[in-house]
Amino acid sequence: MTQPMIEIEDLSISFGLGKDRVDAVKNVSFTVAPGESYGLVGESGSGKSTILRALAGLNPFWSGHMAITGQKLGAKRPRALRRLVQMVFQDPFGSLHPKHTVDRILSEPLTIHGFDDVETRVRAALDRVGLGPVFRFRYPHQLSGGQRQRVAIARALILEPKVVLLDEPTSALDVSIQAEVLNLLTDLRQQLGLTYVLVSHDLGVVAHMCSRLSIMRTGEVVETASADELSEGRLLHAYSRQLLIASRGYDTAAIAAFGDF
Amino acid sequence: MDKDPILEVEKLNIRFNTPVGEVHAVRDVSFTMGREKLAIVGESGSGKSQTGRAILGLTPGKVTAQKLAFHGQSLLGLAEQQWRRIRGKRIAMVMQDPKYSLNPVMTIGDQLLEAARDIKEGAAARQHALGMLAAVRIRDPERVFRAWPHELSGGMGQRAMIAMMLMAEPELLIADEPTSALDVTVRLQVLAILDDLVKTRHMGLIFISHDLNLVRTFCDRALVMYAGQVLEKLTASELTEAKHPYTRGLLACPPEIDHRRSRLPVLQRDPSWMEPVGS
Repeated sequence: MTQPMIEIEDLSISFGLGKDRVDAVKNVSFTVAPGESYGLVGESGSGKSTILRALAGLNPFWSGHMAITGQKLGAKRPRALRRLVQMVFQDPFGSLHPKHTVDRILSEPLTIHGFDDVETRVRAALDRVGLGPVFRFRYPHQLSGGQRQRVAIARALILEPKVVLLDEPTSALDVSIQAEVLNLLTDLRQQLGLTYVLVSHDLGVVAHMCSRLSIMRTGEVVETASADELSEGRLLHAYSRQLLIASRGYDTAAIAAFGDF
Repeated sequence: MDKDPILEVEKLNIRFNTPVGEVHAVRDVSFTMGREKLAIVGESGSGKSQTGRAILGLTPGKVTAQKLAFHGQSLLGLAEQQWRRIRGKRIAMVMQDPKYSLNPVMTIGDQLLEAARDIKEGAAARQHALGMLAAVRIRDPERVFRAWPHELSGGMGQRAMIAMMLMAEPELLIADEPTSALDVTVRLQVLAILDDLVKTRHMGLIFISHDLNLVRTFCDRALVMYAGQVLEKLTASELTEAKHPYTRGLLACPPEIDHRRSRLPVLQRDPSWMEPVGS
């Protein structure tokens, strides 16, 4: 068997202590093959973003086992390992520094990681996400939502990562712009051989982007399915099925039958 | 539709003066509505929210219209005092995000009572408020009545806000993306509440949304807006048979669960969509 790109085993994450303790993620396990795109679906509070943040190294307080390309992740990560895992956040208005130009936003990670040829790389990164050189010296407020998200994707890719973590990358965008960004992400994954973990509440986006997915509820994985099983409606757990029905639009009969999970 | 329309809008225009010149945000929008669920759909910047706000006199832009009438009464050039008799009482508005629309330093109950201050007082108002919370299917109205906004989840907060808007039993409710911040199952439950209210209280509902699939299944009619104009008026359930390439493009864009494609079609914007409709 080939070495999985991402291994997660028995991952648990909790916040707070004593009676205020919240178990946000409970014993979650999954593996992602190199070049695969894996989806985490669920409603708010299900723990999907918490897993992503732990994988990205943004939350060191977790227990269990996590590894990227076979290298075990600890509380402290070597810089080379950090470079391999990059993240794109949900809100393109909050995730770019408002007082930094696109040029500075893109060159800062290069400087931190000691890359040479900064200028060439910044130009190439903009070109790769379909933004011309005219965007290089603009500030985020001079860009539309879709353009900002392209800058965020360029920033994630500029360090030549192997894994890109996508946290609701298109939920703040209009559907027409969402289509452009999702197509861009599909192309980049193929061209650069990237591995994606995509978090979304939108089953349509996950069915389109991912080959396998985990459906989460209150910190637990209730079901793991392939994209084929999802699109053919072959989900087993009652909660997953309810989520699928709810995604299809307004239907009074279906809503009356909703259970409390 | 009833013979007596709730709202008549004829050639509504909204303009903003900006340092770089005038922005014509809403151009010649006309529609008439009765006791029904009317959707205004479009992308961000299409003018759908400004249209909704203009009906309540809440847009900061310059509003002109040939006619803007609510039950035959013109809403153009009303004095603030006259607006106060309409806003929140006969026409109410639900905003997108309860986090920013509820007063964080006032309990839900006090906010509900404030909404009905001129109509009911004392124990009667309290009973009315608890009844409204129950009407939006809050299971423990007493607890929510005493709660602070930060103690409620997004879905609960949105329901409390709808209850607040309904305290005065308005004849027209304008809901601006009322469910976009909610999880899918909660979203449908909130919509079911609005649906009930339209049916049982004979209310008109303007539903402003970018989600065409939701509009198709939930609303009666839909106005499709682009660059400030209404490009197309449709029966909501017939949205999939839309003629205009913009509407068709919007319908094709979102990824679908049971119809997977290797690439998503991208909207090809035609400059002619910007030109005045009907000229």
